[in-house]
Amino acid sequence: MSETPYAVEMKDIVIRFPGVLANDHVNFTLKKGEIHALLGENGAGKSTLMNVLSGLYKQTSGTIKVHGEVVHFNSPKDAIDKGIGMVHQHFMLVPTQTVTENILLGLNEPRFFMNMKKLNQKIRDLQDQFGLRVDPEAMIWQLSVGEQQRVEILKTLYRGAEILILDEPTAVLAPQEIDDLMVTMRSLVDQGKSIIFISHKLQEVKIVADRITVLRKGVVTAEGLPIAGMDRRKLAQLMVGRDVVFSVEKKDQEPGDVVLSVRDLKALNNRGLPALRGVSFDVRQGEIFGIAGISGNGQSEIAECITGLRPAQGSIMINGLELANASPSKAIKANVSHIPEDRHRVGSAPDLSITDNTIMKCYREDPIGNGVTINRSNARDYARKLKDAYDILAPSVKTVVRNLSGGNLQKVILAREISSDPQLIVAVQPTRGLDVGAIEAIQTLLLAQREEGTAILLISEELEELFSLSDRIAVIFDGEIMGVVDPKTIDIDSIGLMMTGTRLENIHNQVEASS
Amino acid sequence: MNLPYNIRFEKRSSDNPWWLPVLTAVGSVTLAFIISGLILKLDGGQPLLVGKFFWNATFGSWPTFSDTMVKATPLILVGLACTVAFKMKLWNIGAEGQFYMGAFFASLVVLVPIVPLDSPKFVLIGSMMIMGMIGGAIWGFFPGYLKAKFNVNEIITTLMLNYVAILWNNYWIFDKWSDAGFQMTPMFPKSAWLPRLADYARTYKAFSGITIHLGVIIGFAAALLVWWVLERSRWGYEIKLIGDNPDAARYAGLNITRNIILVMMFSGALAGLAGMSEVGGVVHRLQERISPGYGFTGIIIAWLAKLNPFAVVLVSVLFGALIVAGREIQPSGIANLLQGIILFMVISSDVLLRYKIRIVREEPATA
Repeated sequence: MSETPYAVEMKDIVIRFPGVLANDHVNFTLKKGEIHALLGENGAGKSTLMNVLSGLYKQTSGTIKVHGEVVHFNSPKDAIDKGIGMVHQHFMLVPTQTVTENILLGLNEPRFFMNMKKLNQKIRDLQDQFGLRVDPEAMIWQLSVGEQQRVEILKTLYRGAEILILDEPTAVLAPQEIDDLMVTMRSLVDQGKSIIFISHKLQEVKIVADRITVLRKGVVTAEGLPIAGMDRRKLAQLMVGRDVVFSVEKKDQEPGDVVLSVRDLKALNNRGLPALRGVSFDVRQGEIFGIAGISGNGQSEIAECITGLRPAQGSIMINGLELANASPSKAIKANVSHIPEDRHRVGSAPDLSITDNTIMKCYREDPIGNGVTINRSNARDYARKLKDAYDILAPSVKTVVRNLSGGNLQKVILAREISSDPQLIVAVQPTRGLDVGAIEAIQTLLLAQREEGTAILLISEELEELFSLSDRIAVIFDGEIMGVVDPKTIDIDSIGLMMTGTRLENIHNQVEASS
Repeated sequence: MNLPYNIRFEKRSSDNPWWLPVLTAVGSVTLAFIISGLILKLDGGQPLLVGKFFWNATFGSWPTFSDTMVKATPLILVGLACTVAFKMKLWNIGAEGQFYMGAFFASLVVLVPIVPLDSPKFVLIGSMMIMGMIGGAIWGFFPGYLKAKFNVNEIITTLMLNYVAILWNNYWIFDKWSDAGFQMTPMFPKSAWLPRLADYARTYKAFSGITIHLGVIIGFAAALLVWWVLERSRWGYEIKLIGDNPDAARYAGLNITRNIILVMMFSGALAGLAGMSEVGGVVHRLQERISPGYGFTGIIIAWLAKLNPFAVVLVSVLFGALIVAGREIQPSGIANLLQGIILFMVISSDVLLRYKIRIVREEPATA
């Protein structure tokens, strides 16, 4: 009997964009029923390669075989017909439609009449099969990022995908959800599906993948190696070509006066349901106060209340100034900087230049604005200064930020927020979706601010990040704080218990009860 | 499809050089003329003769060029009105109604009268300009307020207010101010006419028959003002920021509600100024159909000009010429044909700005 053909075999793939060689003779193979991790920094060409496999782009040269048969994809539909489904990093969902409607979008069935009840049930059955829970009748805009991702996965499964491409699926998930996703991935593979798992999170790759291919700057540095026998340091080296410092240096220092004091904060989420049920905490000068929790437990709402973007009940004092229910401009005037969760939708204006994006919060003041006009040359100088100081890679400050990579866009936002000399920085997922180098740069910048005496509220779903940066960590569950802990003394298990709804004071009792 | 080569559209990932939009705009208008010529030729016409006629009727001599500029004047102002609103992604398609309200309010100065009719010319005309802008601004305020406070779709409200404004005008000219039963008010006194170059023909012989009036200066000044507001002022920065990403604007502490209302009023005031310029500079009375759809043409002009105030002036002159040519050339459909083809060309040339087109040989290896 001849050898079983690979589920996917990509040979000598070259993908050229104007001025960029995104993939240079890349080989990639996927066996049936395996999880194959595709590792690489941002811009290494992982997503590009997979966009070719899913029919979005066409390769400049090279061949693709699916189940041993040479294929030519002209559109994503061709790829779907061959059983290849991709879950993109940026979700492709219609916000004003329901989960079910999004899953059915673009399909030929049902043709005309939509029996929503039956279809919703069908989606629920699919969810049960793979353990991907999300209310089929909810509108997409009402869902958390994690839930939206589940919809994307369901979408490909509903289309009968045999080969799933997951483009950095864990970047948006909470630890608990990541575990769930891994269980889901395993059960998918057990049912005969094959998965390509794009990631740059080494520990996850180690846990879940069978084999691994590493890309660096469009070139394969490790081709289909078994994951066993790889350690994190080795993988990191293949990815970035140098040793990576995993934990940034944090100096010991005593925090100063209280800058932010939140008392009994209550707020509703976008669906009008309670998101915060009485949250209280303090953040001091020169302190990074982390908030941990599974996504959708009220973290985003805390940040929005403090920065004036969401109506709130209770008290938010910043240096003695009441800011609950204030406007964003009041918060800015109180020297609160905000690194928003969504850098594309909230943090930047995509079609405006780097200059216009860096002056977003200081265009009213000297030397850029005088109340009536904007001094264009001062604005440009200011932007140039930030571009150099924060090492933003772009042809010039005239470049529209839509053309920047995620890491460089985040640096533009950080440069803007830090250079305003803030009293308080509210940083939400500041390193989400960035590559190792950019993460390190961003984290170093935040720590430098801490040393300068700025109070920092860090909301993150990366426990590793919270542990290496925070002085104290509050764990939030369902709009309530389960406890505030010291990252130096707490263990991960306790944090996990708190993230799933056990209060800190009850953890001890539980441990006693179980022993 | 088995061509030996492939035509490929590649997204432009970096910024376009400044000359590229200019080149594509000029190129597409030229191409439009060539295609129109070919159509005329196929129909047995003489494209070169028509072209010569077109030129003579529009730019060929000072008097005809002046006719073109007179037609371009209201177009410049409504084009700017749409540009300002569109920059903030406010779809004001009510420039037509704001034009009529501007004309109505400007006429009030003479018809009420608001200032004594024997006041000096600059007082009369100054008041008419201010009243014209107020009229248009009020007509922009209502949809702006509804949009800002209750998120009412401005496309619907501005569109409907067009008809209200036209009917409101009709009420006054059919009934209250009707001149001996005609659907028009009595002629304004000469002191309320915008000065024309022809008025100075006695002193300067060359000016005789040149009907260009003060409105064109107002139009140029407005273009300069709009450019300054959008490119140099703090408000213009806010308009662009809100237009590009309202969520980011809110996050940056901007007052979006206030800006929506202000921009709609500014847009309305510009369109109102166009109405004032028409009653004060061309018809010299308030009457029915003072606009053959200028407000709607303004939408097209703003788009063709890619929301650039100076390009609005150029496009308006071209459209003014097309209106004049339509009057002179028989059948008048030829001008419409040309206008349509220009539109097609300019809109499709957008592809060249967003994509690079490359022709590549198919590599035999992949076949």
